[in-house]
Amino acid sequence: MIFTIENIASMVLGGVAAGMVLFIVSVGLSVTMGLMGFVNLAHGAFAMLGGYIIVLSMRHLGVGFIPALAIGFVMTAAVSIVFERVLYSRLYKAGELDQVLFTIGLAFVFIAALTVFIGPENQPLTLPPELRGQLDLGIVQYRTYSIFLIIVGVAIVIALWLGFERTRFGAQIRAAVDNRRMAESLGINIDRLFAITFGFGSGMAALGGGLGAEFLGLDPQYALKYLVFFLIVVAVGGAGSIVGVFCASLIIGVLDFVLKKYLPQGGTLFIYALTILLLLWRPQGLFGKPS
Amino acid sequence: MMKRILAATAALAISASLASAQEVKVGVNLPYTGIGAEFAQLIDRGMELYLKLNADKVKPYSIKLIKRDAKNPAGNDSRVATQELLTQDNVDILAGWVYSPNAIASAPVVTAGKKLAVIMNAGTAHITNMSPYYVRTSFSMWHSGYPMGEAAAKQLGAKTAVVGYTDFPPGKDELAAFKRAFEGSGGKVIDEIPMGGAGAVPDFTPFFQRAKDKKPDVFFVFIPAGDHAAAVVKTYGALGMREAGIKLIGPGDITQDTKLQAMGDAAVGLITMHHYHADLDNAENKRFVAAWKKEYGANTTPDFMAIGGYDGMALIVHIVQQLKGKIDGDKAIAAAKTFKSNSPRGPFSIDPETRDIVMNAYLSEVVKGKDGKLSQKVLSTTPNVKDPCKALKVPPCG
Amino acid sequence: MSAPTVFDHPAARALSRRHRLRWWEPLPWILALAFYFMFPRYLGFGTELLIMVLFAISLDLALGYAGIVTLGHAAFFGAGAYTVGMLAHHGIWNEPISSLFIGAAVAAAIGLASGLVLLRTTGLTLLMLTLCTMALLEEAANLGHDWTGGFDGLTGISIPPLFGLFEFNPLFPKTQYLYVLGALLICFVFVRTLVYSPFGHSLTGIRENTLRMHAVGAPVRTRLVVCYTISAALAGIAGGIWAQANAYVNLSTLGLDRAATVLIILVLGGYGRLYGAFVGAVAYMALSHFLAKVYPTAWQLGLGFLLVTIALFARGGIIGLGETLMARLRPKLKPKPPS
Repeated sequence: MIFTIENIASMVLGGVAAGMVLFIVSVGLSVTMGLMGFVNLAHGAFAMLGGYIIVLSMRHLGVGFIPALAIGFVMTAAVSIVFERVLYSRLYKAGELDQVLFTIGLAFVFIAALTVFIGPENQPLTLPPELRGQLDLGIVQYRTYSIFLIIVGVAIVIALWLGFERTRFGAQIRAAVDNRRMAESLGINIDRLFAITFGFGSGMAALGGGLGAEFLGLDPQYALKYLVFFLIVVAVGGAGSIVGVFCASLIIGVLDFVLKKYLPQGGTLFIYALTILLLLWRPQGLFGKPS
Repeated sequence: MMKRILAATAALAISASLASAQEVKVGVNLPYTGIGAEFAQLIDRGMELYLKLNADKVKPYSIKLIKRDAKNPAGNDSRVATQELLTQDNVDILAGWVYSPNAIASAPVVTAGKKLAVIMNAGTAHITNMSPYYVRTSFSMWHSGYPMGEAAAKQLGAKTAVVGYTDFPPGKDELAAFKRAFEGSGGKVIDEIPMGGAGAVPDFTPFFQRAKDKKPDVFFVFIPAGDHAAAVVKTYGALGMREAGIKLIGPGDITQDTKLQAMGDAAVGLITMHHYHADLDNAENKRFVAAWKKEYGANTTPDFMAIGGYDGMALIVHIVQQLKGKIDGDKAIAAAKTFKSNSPRGPFSIDPETRDIVMNAYLSEVVKGKDGKLSQKVLSTTPNVKDPCKALKVPPCG
Repeated sequence: MSAPTVFDHPAARALSRRHRLRWWEPLPWILALAFYFMFPRYLGFGTELLIMVLFAISLDLALGYAGIVTLGHAAFFGAGAYTVGMLAHHGIWNEPISSLFIGAAVAAAIGLASGLVLLRTTGLTLLMLTLCTMALLEEAANLGHDWTGGFDGLTGISIPPLFGLFEFNPLFPKTQYLYVLGALLICFVFVRTLVYSPFGHSLTGIRENTLRMHAVGAPVRTRLVVCYTISAALAGIAGGIWAQANAYVNLSTLGLDRAATVLIILVLGGYGRLYGAFVGAVAYMALSHFLAKVYPTAWQLGLGFLLVTIALFARGGIIGLGETLMARLRPKLKPKPPS
């Protein structure tokens, strides 16, 4: 195999774009896990809900792709805040296995409801013409949508980082992740913090559901089908760390791409072996704090 | 009191046996939930539509469908469903099976139950060898792979090919069939790319990038129908493979009718080999497609899954008439072997030796109509294809 | 203080009574036998159910008693199933009972090897590590399709009659049902004895307070690994017997679906309670089986609501709910004697 510049560039672009989808969906899962210690296996269900809202509003309301993403974000966030206040908040003090039972049950309900009311079939996403086809980057021609995804992903990580590190609200979240009791006794309204963070995380998942539909498809099984990959990213990155999730997504996205291209005979063997090695090397994740 | 109950039960039993003289119970084994739910719906609709359109052909008998969820490709749920359909519901005929592993797991139960079982999708070639009561009205992977290999070399003039396939038995069947015919006709398969298992993420970019680097004349792709089809065509378009002079070809799974419109312009020019698509130009098919759209909505379309269910029901009705409503497994198999029909997919019959289907294979190209809609145009027809896997005695079929 | 007073102490009495047979304990077995006679047409489902109970008990030992939260337990189920299946398919060995022992040994070996490496971690990391180990095995089984049959699975597993007498009939699986019931009983008695032994108590201690167990000098890691290995062996038996009852093995034995289902069943029934596996498996499987019969397309909705409701309103699953209700009723029935 010849490693030309064109070859390497296309691999990096493809891998990074795949990683960005992982990042956008998983970041919310990581933050809720780090902040609330809640094992939310229904996170994929919120990503799916968002994806459905985005695709269906484009198809039936004639909304453009970007406004549809905004609608998907807002509606999913709103729905998830209701869920958080009414249901999730009852289980914060329960054991993690009760949380697992609850969120799996919730995912089943989402899957069955979408199958019954909308149908079992895949919902195709029609990209606007500007995002289809190829873009000439000088050294290499590459899929326009992949490049769009990379730009969006980088913009999101910068915005999230600034929000986390530079705003008062971000400081409150960091304080609550580090020491919830202390943060509470300092007068931080933990309930409100949890609700907003949860809503925001689900909104991000919704964006990921819509943006990733081109690669991952969108059907009722989405809720559980890709959950393992999202969990791998969170575990490898370290729960609660935005930079960690970002790096883990990129590492897994690019390595998975390269291995699939050059050693397709290995199937998914490598991605799991890689995860095991990374987790044995750093059990708390790349950027997680040792417990 | 006890006497009255007994009398009532006896009366019920008598009326039940009277009803069953006219009523034929068909046990349906399909994955109504999970990843196969979409296919189950298509096959289910195909069966129901046949019964609705051909009510007069069924008379004086009536057919009752008893539907059971096979849930997943694990085999055991489908096996239990088969077993209960036979022992609890006392069905006369079994039908369904989307996933090959489920048909394989059910085979010993079907054999022990001695009832005709109509496979309406599961395409792993050797399944029909596994029970003498299996009859298939769908396809085997070799039905498309083998003629496509010949056509790619002879009609498309391809010298080199790369094959990308989903890494599970139907994919391997398809690869083996294509490779055998293509290389037998003077072509050369220069790379074989397993593209992950059946449940893997449908992001094909790395595999297609690899295929593009090899610069073959044709890129033959097999993926299971469903979600993956649109992704294949989109990736092909977005990576500029057409501009690089690589033709995308495959079995009809990659141009499944239900997914075709969503593929957009990238699909134009795609060449596939299959036994059915909704644009086949014959009277039976026009009637079928029109009835389908009337029944299930103008935006829906039947596809090769639906026709498996539709023709399967045609076979069942034929058997019910032949045996005058009294279904016995061995007689039903004998009746199935004489079945010939003019179906929406063209003429088809059951091969008396293998109990597998004999049907036409159509080489088609995706074209864009004036209304902007995509459709498939038949380029040529290979008539009466018998499952080449069995005809050529390729292990494990032969 | 003399010895008799120590044994007379209420706490000592309670402890010595813990492992005694309670009046209701034969009940599940009587019900299982009654099922055999009353519902001969449901034995296929019954066999699946009993295998799931056995599998859930094996998980209960690791998760409920030792507190090892794993999402990869199907690795051992599959190891047992493939061992039994491949030995029979390739014509090496197919006597049913000894095959199960071989399956258990292979599963135990995998449990020991992976336990030694993985059990240093906890929480999400352990969850993902067990899951990825299982996924590795599944992919390996897929890639090794020449031996394992890959996605389509291995067929042609012929099991000779049990004790040379009882045939495995695919249509009326009577032998399979009783065979599985017998295996379940033996495994259950073993697990019950184990959890009430000093070893079992030390496991509970590790689950409740690892630090303190370290402090009192208990060999925590060793005990966890031993427990994990035993649990793996039991899961291997469950898998092996599944392969025999179905005359079939495929990738689903190693899949996340199976691992997640058994976890759900155990949590639903109540983990760390021995009988949670029975209650959970019956509730989950009966509900999904009969709902799926009536509503083949929408049964998951009902199942989902059940899980959500139990998680929200019951701690410790269905058995935990029962315990809470009993505890509320009891003071009324039996007023405390004045102290």
